[in-house]
Amino acid sequence: MTDIPPTAAPVRLSDAAIRRRMIAEFWFYFSQNRGAVIGLVVFLLLVAVAVFASLLAPHDPTVQNRAALLVPPVWQEGGSASYLLGTDAVGRDILSRLIFGAQYSLFIGVVVVSIALVGGIVIGLLAGFFGGWVDSVIMRVMDVILAFPSLLLALVLVAVLGPGLTNAMIAIAIVYQPHFARLTRAAVMSEMQREYVTAARVAGAGNLRLMFKTILPNCLAPLIVQATLSFSSAVLDSAALGFLGMGAQPPAPEWGTMLAEAREFILRAWWVVTFPGLAILISVLAINLMGDGLRDALDPKLKRS
Amino acid sequence: MLRFILSKLLYLVPTFLGITIIAFSFVRILPGDPVLLMAGERGVTPERHAELSAQLGYDKPLVLQYFDFLGRLLQGDFGNSLVTKKPVLTEFLSLFPATVELGLCAILIATLIGVPVGVLAAIRRGSWFDQVSMTAALVGFSMPIFWWGLLLIIFFSGMLGWTPVSGRISLLYFFPNVTGFMLIDSLLSGQEGAFASALSHLILPSVVLATIPLAVIARQTRSAMLEVMGEDYVRTARAKGMPPYRVIGIHALRNAMIPVITTIGLQIGVLMAGAILTETIFSWPGIGKWMIDSIARRDYPVVQSGLLLIAALVMIVNLLVDLTYGLINPRIRVK
Repeated sequence: MTDIPPTAAPVRLSDAAIRRRMIAEFWFYFSQNRGAVIGLVVFLLLVAVAVFASLLAPHDPTVQNRAALLVPPVWQEGGSASYLLGTDAVGRDILSRLIFGAQYSLFIGVVVVSIALVGGIVIGLLAGFFGGWVDSVIMRVMDVILAFPSLLLALVLVAVLGPGLTNAMIAIAIVYQPHFARLTRAAVMSEMQREYVTAARVAGAGNLRLMFKTILPNCLAPLIVQATLSFSSAVLDSAALGFLGMGAQPPAPEWGTMLAEAREFILRAWWVVTFPGLAILISVLAINLMGDGLRDALDPKLKRS
Repeated sequence: MLRFILSKLLYLVPTFLGITIIAFSFVRILPGDPVLLMAGERGVTPERHAELSAQLGYDKPLVLQYFDFLGRLLQGDFGNSLVTKKPVLTEFLSLFPATVELGLCAILIATLIGVPVGVLAAIRRGSWFDQVSMTAALVGFSMPIFWWGLLLIIFFSGMLGWTPVSGRISLLYFFPNVTGFMLIDSLLSGQEGAFASALSHLILPSVVLATIPLAVIARQTRSAMLEVMGEDYVRTARAKGMPPYRVIGIHALRNAMIPVITTIGLQIGVLMAGAILTETIFSWPGIGKWMIDSIARRDYPVVQSGLLLIAALVMIVNLLVDLTYGLINPRIRVK
């Protein structure tokens, strides 16, 4: 009899327990990153502001007050306590407009990322799973889209579809979608080599089940990180389109559109320009901070170091 | 290496064809009738409309129209602007130097500041410098540059009165267009103050345009340096007693630069998109503003060919980046 070290009895964990452990592990790494936690808090605040906009805003965002045109913020001479951040050129309360603007930005981010993510996942799965000419054709088309500077392509798309918020979101989603397709494809191709996929196939799983139930869940980590980054880019790009007059149309309190309307007053009334941009910057920064934390927590390569 | 270049070139052909298809189909589905647009306010009779359509080839099937379009492109005919009636290519080439000048200055600022900051942040990992510079980089990366430009105008032009608000040079100066680059032409003209005027017009737009690439380059340099400094050969160099500046300068930096150069090259697309916003804010007479104005004026041939030319340009620059990458990193070539 040779000595065989006793093997530890395998511990059976329920699915729920595994999931709880994974979440605990994720939170452990995520919370290591101070910036990510700050980003998360700011983001949650932003969501709260958007949800409770009608309760929080002191004024109606579109009501014009002819008696209070270009009132400076409260701390500056001539400011008024009823308009904390001042008013714009037609006497609308800037604070209220910023609060309602949060709804636009979050809505845009969610819609753009959802469209781009779903489209990209389906396209990437098809390319990675079937390979061959399907892959070649799909990836060449993605290359073509990526050859254009994204903002320019979005601009021309909006010009084709007609200016407006819906079309701006569709255009931005189309422009972002190849990134998701490429990521999904790369992840699918490496997962396809794994034995569990072969095992599932041998066990008789059909193509659809293999694609969506077996492979896809194992490809999600890079997609989640990319989705966060795209969320912040979507907020930025839609504001840019709004600024160029191609996004949300006045009098919508969208931050980029507000900046466009404020342009001619920049040398007379600094506050009409400063606050909407600050709102964009803070939101985008918070989401990017979160994205950095997510990447650190989800990327196993970085975890080990 | 030749095979590597050829394979990359061959790879571009389908992408280029794809770009032409997109540029072609975009303009064909744009709202509005180009013939009516050309005719202007007065409108045209149905007979004249048909005649003009035939003249412009709009009455043929779409596939034929596409091949006509492609054939003209290959002969260097990019169509004429509906507004100025001048060839699109001529307009593009006359405005292009302004954008290149702006873009080059921006990428120069971004590289000259971004690389040293990234290197220093990596060497002093965890120090206050690292934390401050990387926070700043993240802010820069998240910056809505159209707002950033307005803020700089408020501060430097409005409050301090240091820089002009728009344009490339003061109207006081007039000199022949030799290179198309205002900085060089103003020097060549020998007029006193011309160069200073050109420079003061250029500085704010280039800083605005440099912001995002600067942040990206600083972050990328830092992470590339950190990765390289963990490598065995750096440890060996340290262990054999090489002075730190040589370890960092020769062993680490040179290897860390490979991904950084790629990053810098890939910023060209970011710069083109940024140029649209920057040129709009500063009324900079370049390609970006031209495209925006043409979209607003529904100048279809300009939008179509401009889109095509810009995409082709970005594609060629990306190819050059790829080739440089193969040149400095031989491992890529074999793959």
